[in-house]
Amino acid sequence: MTYTPQRPPISESSDQLRARIPGWGVDLDPKNRPSVPKLQYQEDLTGAHWEFPERQPEKWPRERSPEHKFLTPVFGTACPPHGLSGAIRRFAYHYSEGRAAHWLLLMAADRVDAVESHLKSFLTPHPDNPITETGVLSEFSHHGLASRFGQKRADLKHQPLDPIIVGGPWILAGGLVYVACRALKKGIGSRS
Amino acid sequence: MVYRGPYKIRAEEKDVPAIEHPNDAIVRVQLAAICGSDLHLYHGMLPDTRVGMTFGHEFIGVVDEVGSSVRNLQRGDRVMVPFNIFCGTCWYCARGLYSNCHNVNPNATAVGGIYGYSHTCGGYDGGQAEYVRVPFADVGPSRIPDWMEDEDAVLCTDALATGYFGAQLGDIVEGDVVVVFGAGPVGLYAAKCAWLMGAGRVIVIDHLEYRLEKARTFAQAETYNFTEYDDIVVHLKKLTDFLGADVAIDAVGAEADGNFTQHVTSAKLKMQGGSPVALNWAIDSVRKGATISVMGAYGPIFSAIKFGDAMNKGLTLRMNQCPVKRQWPRLFEHIRNGYLKPSEIVTHRIPLEHISEGYHIFSAKLDGCIKPLVVPTAG
Repeated sequence: MTYTPQRPPISESSDQLRARIPGWGVDLDPKNRPSVPKLQYQEDLTGAHWEFPERQPEKWPRERSPEHKFLTPVFGTACPPHGLSGAIRRFAYHYSEGRAAHWLLLMAADRVDAVESHLKSFLTPHPDNPITETGVLSEFSHHGLASRFGQKRADLKHQPLDPIIVGGPWILAGGLVYVACRALKKGIGSRS
Repeated sequence: MVYRGPYKIRAEEKDVPAIEHPNDAIVRVQLAAICGSDLHLYHGMLPDTRVGMTFGHEFIGVVDEVGSSVRNLQRGDRVMVPFNIFCGTCWYCARGLYSNCHNVNPNATAVGGIYGYSHTCGGYDGGQAEYVRVPFADVGPSRIPDWMEDEDAVLCTDALATGYFGAQLGDIVEGDVVVVFGAGPVGLYAAKCAWLMGAGRVIVIDHLEYRLEKARTFAQAETYNFTEYDDIVVHLKKLTDFLGADVAIDAVGAEADGNFTQHVTSAKLKMQGGSPVALNWAIDSVRKGATISVMGAYGPIFSAIKFGDAMNKGLTLRMNQCPVKRQWPRLFEHIRNGYLKPSEIVTHRIPLEHISEGYHIFSAKLDGCIKPLVVPTAG
């Protein structure tokens, strides 16, 4: 009972649980848990035979967080920055991870990258195809309706609104840019 | 698998990765998985996710090539690769914090290196591919034990290890009431592993009936669908005689449903690093002085978390990406003893060329999908 010293009883005893659930309590002793104790020095270094690893060659000026003293000895080379999105990304890395600007610029760069890459794809033999690339055809082959209706899913409440919520800010931003450009053009026209 | 922008991916030919560091290996992928946290990338939640990137941090395969300084692996070895990329010798690795390695991710200090998980996590291509570059091959990968099946092995590279780690972070003592938010793969494993650590009662909360059914049969848990209750926090308090749970595990992360405003501002409008609905429910539903374990993945931007309540209740919040390799020896024992059978939660096996459908099925939760595996053509 919560308002008295005793804790509320559990309906099954440890012995009953041990009988019902294979392996119940085998890691009851924290000593058997792999991450205990925390921050214990690992003598074997998991097979490393270096104290500081050899450095991977830097093939282009690799962007890095200003919170790092130097470029880490190993890094990924999946997608070097390119185009306008690349310029925004390089700029974002002037800010530390503690600054909202860093993350917001990277998010903006991601959206610019998506638009840039989408447009660029039309110059290739393999243009983007929103039907196949969104996997939406699986709605017909994998029980799209039956998976949703009568299932008490919480996400059904917002699914019809999602396209408006996601697309709305972009349409609004586009409208604002259009209005700003028109005002600018008008201003230049009235001065000349 | 190549990312083309939010909600768009396709299978396309890319160059076979090359050795870029003397301790690299190239692994020919035999089996990969799609992780719930891949969906955060797919939905454009994680900053610096670049078009052209290959996702996938859960994979096993065969060593195809090794760099000049690799000593512990050779061509033809069948290996499982933990999702963390780590050097083994930095301050963090030397103390077992492999997921926080300081030598592999120049893009950020707040997170380590992860395969196929954006440039915020180091810019490494992932394993939903035919070939993948594996840095620090002497440190990360392990040969798969002969007795272990491929589908069990691939699930040890993240989902199972993370679930087990999440239960550990809960500091469970005998008889504890453990509530797990989220009945996805990690939540299911966390619930299952909570019993191994001596939980007296394991409760799982979700809104998808088929996942709750799995929580009952696979994890022997007591389950509740939060859509059936006006206030799931009050319901959990009632279930525990108004005390609250001793331990809560957040196995949901960035795209939690259940609160319209939070979901819209985070998952849809990306104004938060994640929708903390599950985390806030965890904070509210535990007793004072309880422990909260967080393994659900959140983005780096702020989220509206009820920190004041956590402080006033004297809660201990524990969290990290799982240092996978540290969990393996004990997990292997449990699998061998029959206490865990990871592949029991696999529902879909998708050829790599149908990866777009695979992501949509998993993301939209169609067809009773709990855990999809990806089978590369060359595997």
